Amino acid sequence: MDIVVCMKQVPDTETKIQVNPQGTGILTEGIKYVMNPYDEFAVEEALRIKEKFGGTVTIVSMGPQRATEAIRTALAMGADKGVHLNDAAFEGADSYATAKALAAAIKKLPFQILLTGKQAVDLDNSQVFAALAEMLGIPHVSVVTKLEIAADGKSAVAEREIEGGAKEVIQVSLPALFAAQKGLNEPRYASLPGIMKAKKKPIDLVDLAKSGLAATDVGEKGSKLKITRFSLPPERQAGKILEGEPEQVAAQVVKLLREEAKVI
Amino acid sequence: MAKGIWVIAEQRDGKLKKVTLEMISKAKDLAAQSGEEVTVLLLGSGVEALAADLGAYGANRVLLFDSEILKNYTTDAYTKVIADAAKEGQPSILLGGATALGKDLLPRVAARLNTGLASDCVDLRMENGKLVATRPIYAGKCIVEAVIPESFPQMASIRPNVLAVGAADASRKAEVVKKDVNVSQDDLKAILKEIVKGASERVDLTEATIIVSGGRAMKSAENFKILWDLADAFGPGSTVGASRAAVDSGFASHSMQVGQTGKVVNPNLYVACGISGAIQHLAGMRTSKVIVAINKDPEAPIFQKADYGIVGDLFKIVPLLTEEVKKLKAQD
Repeated sequence: MDIVVCMKQVPDTETKIQVNPQGTGILTEGIKYVMNPYDEFAVEEALRIKEKFGGTVTIVSMGPQRATEAIRTALAMGADKGVHLNDAAFEGADSYATAKALAAAIKKLPFQILLTGKQAVDLDNSQVFAALAEMLGIPHVSVVTKLEIAADGKSAVAEREIEGGAKEVIQVSLPALFAAQKGLNEPRYASLPGIMKAKKKPIDLVDLAKSGLAATDVGEKGSKLKITRFSLPPERQAGKILEGEPEQVAAQVVKLLREEAKVI
Repeated sequence: MAKGIWVIAEQRDGKLKKVTLEMISKAKDLAAQSGEEVTVLLLGSGVEALAADLGAYGANRVLLFDSEILKNYTTDAYTKVIADAAKEGQPSILLGGATALGKDLLPRVAARLNTGLASDCVDLRMENGKLVATRPIYAGKCIVEAVIPESFPQMASIRPNVLAVGAADASRKAEVVKKDVNVSQDDLKAILKEIVKGASERVDLTEATIIVSGGRAMKSAENFKILWDLADAFGPGSTVGASRAAVDSGFASHSMQVGQTGKVVNPNLYVACGISGAIQHLAGMRTSKVIVAINKDPEAPIFQKADYGIVGDLFKIVPLLTEEVKKLKAQD
C-alpha cells in the first residue's frame, strides 16, 4: 500500500499575528513554525496503514527552505521519504495553484491512498484537499474521524464529521483522498532513533523546472484568488468584573444579559 | 459574459438552513448594486415547496434539481449538478454556505470550474464590478480582503450566523425552473452508507446562538452536565463547547472544540467556564457578540476579552446562573 501525505508547515497556533504597515502581509519575524496540526493526524494515519499493510509513506510539501524541518519531523515519525516543492515561483499560491503544484509532483508517485489535513491553520482556506482530488481525478472524503481500509486494499470506509456531532459513513474505492480531522488518531512523537534515522532519509527537491509546470501555472501567477489587503480585527475591550456573593452575581449577570446586552 | 448572482440553497431533511436566507439577503443587495438577478439552486428530493421561501427572501429564479439521487448530500452528485449548471448558466458570482456540506462541496466545484473561491467569508461587497470578499485567516487573528480578478464564477462560501436576514415578502414569487438531473449511480465514486446522528440533537456550534463552554477547570466529563443544564435553560439554539485543554483531557469530544484547531464560532452569547483564554481559543470565539467569563483566577487572559467577568468558583456560579435563567424564562 503506497501512501502519500500532503503536509504544510505553518505558524504555531500560539503565534500572535501582526500585519506589516503596508497591509500587504503578516510580519514573519520571530514566528515559530510547526507541522500543520491537522497534517499530523494525516501522517499518523498513513503510518498506521503502512504498519498494517506494508508499503511506503511519502511526504509531499510545498514551502520555502524552512519547510524541510517539518518534512524531517514526519520522517522522524516514520515516513520513508520526502518530496519538497521549493522554488520562488511557487510562492504566494492560493489553494488552486498549490493543488496544481502538488498534483504535478504526486502524479509521478505510486499511491493508493492520499492523506491531507482538513485545512491548514494559517490561511484557513480548507480547499487544497478537494482541488487536489479533482485534479487527480479521484474521490475525496473530508473531515475524516475514522478510516478503515478493506483487507483487499481496494476500498475504504471513512467516517466524516458533519453538524452537531453527527457523522456520515462513506464507502469509497481506492485510490482516494482523505482529509483528516482531529480525533482520527493520536499522533505519535518522534523517537530519538527515529530522529537519527530521519537524517539519512531522502528528500527529493522539486523546483519549477522539475515540476514540469509553467511559471504561469503556479504561485501567485497561477492563483485565482488574490488577497488585496491584510488587517487586524478590532481588539475587544475588557468589560465589567462583577463582584459580590455568588447568588447576587448570578442574578446580576442574567439581568445585564437581558437588559443591557439584550442577548437572552 | 458571465452574469447573475447564484446562491446554492442548503436544506437538510426538507428544512432550509438559515445561512441560505442570509446568503439570499446579501445576494439581493449585491444584485441591486450591479443590476443583476438572484438565482437560487435548490437540490434535493421532494423539496419544491421550499421555493416559496426562497422567493419571499429575494430569489428572482429558482433552479430546481429534484431527484431521489440528490436526497442526501454526496460530493460527486452535488458537484456534478452544480458545476454543469454553472457551465451552462455562466453566473458572475456563485455563493454557498461554509457549512459541513459547503466546505466539502465548494472547493471541489471551484476546482472543476477552474476558478477561485474565498472560503468562510464574513462579508461581501461589490467594487468596480468585482466581488470583494472579507474573510478571517489564522482563525480570526487577521482579516483579509480578497478578489477573484480573472476567472468566473467568483465563488465564496459564507460563514453562518454573520450576515443579516432581510425581511420576507410573501407576495414576492420566484420563477421556478425545473431542471433535469443528469447523475447516475455510476457517477458516484464515494457512496454514502449511513448518517449517524450525534448523541445530542443539538444545533452545531458554528450555527448556535448561545454557547456554554468549559475548560480544563471542569475537571471531568461528568461535570459538563452543569453546562448542558445551563444551555438547556437558555433554550433552543444553545449548545455546549469546550477548550482544547478540556478535549485533550478527555472531558469533551473533539467535535465540541472551539479554537484554532477546533471550530470558529460566533454566537450572540459565549459563556466561558473555567477557560483561561489561550490565544488559540480566543481566536475561535472572539467574534461572539457578548462574552461572559467565569474563572477562579482574576489574572486569566479571558477577562481581557469578556464583557462580563465573574471571578469565582464555576461549580457554584453555573448552577446559580441556570436557576436565574429559568426564573427569567418562566416570566416570559
